[in-house]
Amino acid sequence: MSTRETLLESRAQAARQGRWQRLPLIENPRWRWGIAIGVVVYLVLALASVEVNWARVAEGAGRAVNFLSAFMQPDFVSRQKDIVAGLLESLTMTLTSTVLGVLLAIPVGLGAARNISPLPVYLVCRGIIAVSRTFQEIIIAILFVVMFGFGPLAGMITLAFATIGFMAKLLAEDIEDLDWRQVEAVRATGASWWQTMNHAVQPQVMPRLIGLSVYRLDINFRESAVIGIVGAGGIGATLNTSLSRYEYDTAAAILLIIIAIVLLCEYSSSHVRRWTQ
Amino acid sequence: MLTLSGVTKRYPTGDRALTDIQLTLPKGQVMALIGPSGAGKSTLIRCVNRLVEPTQGSIRLEETEITRLSGNALRQARRSMGMIFQEYALVDRLSVMENVLSGRLGYVGFWRSFLRRYPQDAVAEAFRLLERVGLPHAIDKRADALSGGQRQRVGIARALLQSPKLLLVDEPTASLDPKTSRQIMRLIRELCAERELAAIINIHDVALAQQFADRIVGLRAGEIVFDGLPNELTSDMLTTIYGEEEWDTTPEPMDDEPAAEPPRARVFEGLAAGGAQ
Amino acid sequence: MPVSLTPQGLPAWQQRTTRAQWLQYAAWLLGISLFLLCWKVISDNTMWVFVEDAGRQGSDLLSRMLPPRWDYASVLWKPMWDTLNIATLGTAIGIMMAFPVAFLAARNTTPHPLVRSVALMVIVSSRSINSLIWAMLLVTILGPGVLAGIIAIALRSIGFVGKLLYEAIEEIHPTPVEAISATGATRLQVMNYGVLPQIMPAFAGISVYRWDINIRESTVLGLVGAGGIGLQLNASINNLAWNQVSVIFIMIFATVLVSEWISARVRHAII
Repeated sequence: MSTRETLLESRAQAARQGRWQRLPLIENPRWRWGIAIGVVVYLVLALASVEVNWARVAEGAGRAVNFLSAFMQPDFVSRQKDIVAGLLESLTMTLTSTVLGVLLAIPVGLGAARNISPLPVYLVCRGIIAVSRTFQEIIIAILFVVMFGFGPLAGMITLAFATIGFMAKLLAEDIEDLDWRQVEAVRATGASWWQTMNHAVQPQVMPRLIGLSVYRLDINFRESAVIGIVGAGGIGATLNTSLSRYEYDTAAAILLIIIAIVLLCEYSSSHVRRWTQ
Repeated sequence: MLTLSGVTKRYPTGDRALTDIQLTLPKGQVMALIGPSGAGKSTLIRCVNRLVEPTQGSIRLEETEITRLSGNALRQARRSMGMIFQEYALVDRLSVMENVLSGRLGYVGFWRSFLRRYPQDAVAEAFRLLERVGLPHAIDKRADALSGGQRQRVGIARALLQSPKLLLVDEPTASLDPKTSRQIMRLIRELCAERELAAIINIHDVALAQQFADRIVGLRAGEIVFDGLPNELTSDMLTTIYGEEEWDTTPEPMDDEPAAEPPRARVFEGLAAGGAQ
Repeated sequence: MPVSLTPQGLPAWQQRTTRAQWLQYAAWLLGISLFLLCWKVISDNTMWVFVEDAGRQGSDLLSRMLPPRWDYASVLWKPMWDTLNIATLGTAIGIMMAFPVAFLAARNTTPHPLVRSVALMVIVSSRSINSLIWAMLLVTILGPGVLAGIIAIALRSIGFVGKLLYEAIEEIHPTPVEAISATGATRLQVMNYGVLPQIMPAFAGISVYRWDINIRESTVLGLVGAGGIGLQLNASINNLAWNQVSVIFIMIFATVLVSEWISARVRHAII
C-alpha cells in the first residue's frame, strides 16, 4: 500500500471514531513549516526596519484632524483660478495623450503580436512595451520635463508614452488570441494584407480596443493628477502647492473634484463599453 | 406534522407563484410534488424553510409557526428541515467531509465551524452517513472531483447530518442519468423509512414519482390540482396537471437544463485589463 | 435598412444608413475639433524654445547617464529593502481592510443598501486617488518615512482589491449559499462556508496582482518623501547626478521584472 493510501485509511479510521481535521493546504510538512517560518521571519525583519518617529506622528495627528474637517468644508473658491487652470490642463492632457497614445499603440501592438510580425520587429516592440510599463508615469515625466521643459507638453508626452505600453500589450495579446479561422477565411477570398487587417482582424479587436481606450482615458486622468508634482502640468501641481502650504480645505476640494471626475469617467465608460459590445 | 394553510406567494413583479395552498404532511410520509416547470414547486418547498418568504398563509412544523420566526429561531427551525438540491449545491472547493459537516452548522458556534473543530459525535455521525451513502473513501476529495450521482449522495448526507424531521428535496434527479436517478430516489426512500422522515420531493419524472412516493400532489399554476395515491394518477389527471399529451406513449422525463458554469473568468479578465494602472 | 433601391431600381448596399452615416461624420468632426482645441491649450502653455532644444537636451541627458556609476548600487540595498517592505506590508494591510469592505459592498452579501453605498464610496475614493497623492497627504500628517509609504499603499490598495473582490462575490454561484443557509447556519457561517471558498482563487489572484502593482508604485513614493528607493532617486536628481539615476532605473527595472514574473507564476498556479 502506498503512503497515500495508508494516510487515507488512517484518516478514515480516525473519522469513524469522530476525529477529523481539515487537510492542510500544503501537504509536505517541511514546506508547510518552512513557508510559515519564512513569513514570520520576514514580517519581524520588515516591521523592525520600519522606523517610526512617534513624536512626529503625534504632532501630525492634529493635522490629520484638520484635514478630515477640511473634507467637511472644502474650499472651492479662494484658489478657484488655480484649480480651474489646473483642471483644464489635466483634461486637455488626458484627452490628447489618450488619442495620440492609442494611435501610436496600434502599430506597436501589431508589431508585438508574435503571430503577425517578424522576430526583429517583435523584439523591438516588446522592448518598448516593457520599458513603458515598468516605469511609473512620474519617472518618465521627470525625464520628459528635463527634455521639454516644464508644462503640459511634457505631461502629455509622458501619458502618451505610458498609454502606448498599456494599450499595445493588451492589443498584442488580443491579436495573438485571434480567431484564426476568420482571418484565413478572408485570406482565402484573395484579400491583400491591408484588406485582411481591415476585414478579419479589425472587427475582432475593435470593441475591446474602444473599451480599453475609454478605460485608459480614465487612468490618464488619474495619472495627470500626479505628474504635476514633478512639473509636468495639470491639477497635480495645484494640489502639491496647496498641500505644501497646508491649505487643506483647498486640497480637499481638489481631491473631491478628482473623485467626481473619475466617477463620471467610470460611469460613462461602462456605458461606452456596453454600447460597443 | 407539517401543515400549510392558505400559503400564497406573489413575487414583487406581480407574478403569482402560489395561490392558497392547503397541505398536511403526516410523519414519515414521502410526498412527491409534480407539475410543469413554473408551476411553483420550487417556490413551495422554499417557502417551507423560508428561503423564499411566503406572502400570506401559515406554515406549521409540529408546534412551530415557521412564518413568524426570525433570527435564531428561524435558524433552529431550519436545522430540522434538511434540503437536497437539483444541482447538488455542494461547495466545490471544500472537501466532501467539510461539505457533509456543514450540515451541522446550525448546531455549532462560528469559531468552531471556522476552525473546523466539530464535536466528536458530529464527525462520527458524518462518517457513518458517508458510509451509508457509499462514499467513505472520498472524505478528503474535493466536491468538484466527484461525479453527479456521488455529489448528490454527499448532498443527502449533508441534509441528514442536520438530524432533520423533514426533508425538502428539489428535483434530486434532474441532472442525473436514469440509472443514477433511480439509485438516488431509492436511497432517499430508504433513508426516510430508516429515520421515519417525512419528505416533500419535487420531481419532473412522473414514473419515478409513482414508483417511490407514498402520495402524489400535482401542482399547476400555483394551485393544487391533484392530491392522491400514486395509482390514482391517471392519464386524465396528468392532462389536468400538465396539459394535453398522449401520456401512455411518451413517459419521457422533462429535464431542466443544467445551470451554466459561474462566469468566474471575468474576474481575471478584469485583472488583465487592469494593466499598469 | 442598409439595402436600398437606386433610382434605376437596382438594390444598393451601404454599410450604414444615411442618418447613421451623418451622425458618424458629426461625431468625428466633433472629436477632431475637440482634440485640436485641447492641443491648442497645451501648445499655448508650452515654451516652444525649450521643445526645439529637446533633442540636444535628451542626448545631453543620455551622455550624463552613461556610463552608470555602478558602485552607487551598494548604497541602494537598504532603500530597495524598504521599497519591498512598503509594497508588501502595504499590500497586506490593504487586503485586510479591503476584505470586509468588499463583503459590505457586494450586492448579495451586504447587510443593508445604505452600508453598501458607504462601502462603495470608500472603494471609489480609494481608487480615484493615486498612491502618490495619498503619500503626499500622509507625509504632511505622519512626517516623511516608510510608515507614510506603507499606509499610502494600503489606502490605495483597498479600492483596487475591494472593487475586484466585490465583483467576484457578486458573481458566485448562489445555490451553495442557499444550501448552507438552509442548514440553519448563521450569517457569518454562510459567508465562511458558502461564499469564501468560491472567491478564494480570485482573492489570491487579485492580491498577488496588486502586490506586483504596488512594487512599481512604491519605487516612486520617495519622490514625495515616503521612503524607499524614490528618496535616493529624488536626491540624485536634485544633485543632477544622472549617472546614479541610471543605476536606480536599472534596479527598479530589474525588481519590477522579477515581481511581475513572480506574480504571473503565482496567478498561473492558482487559476
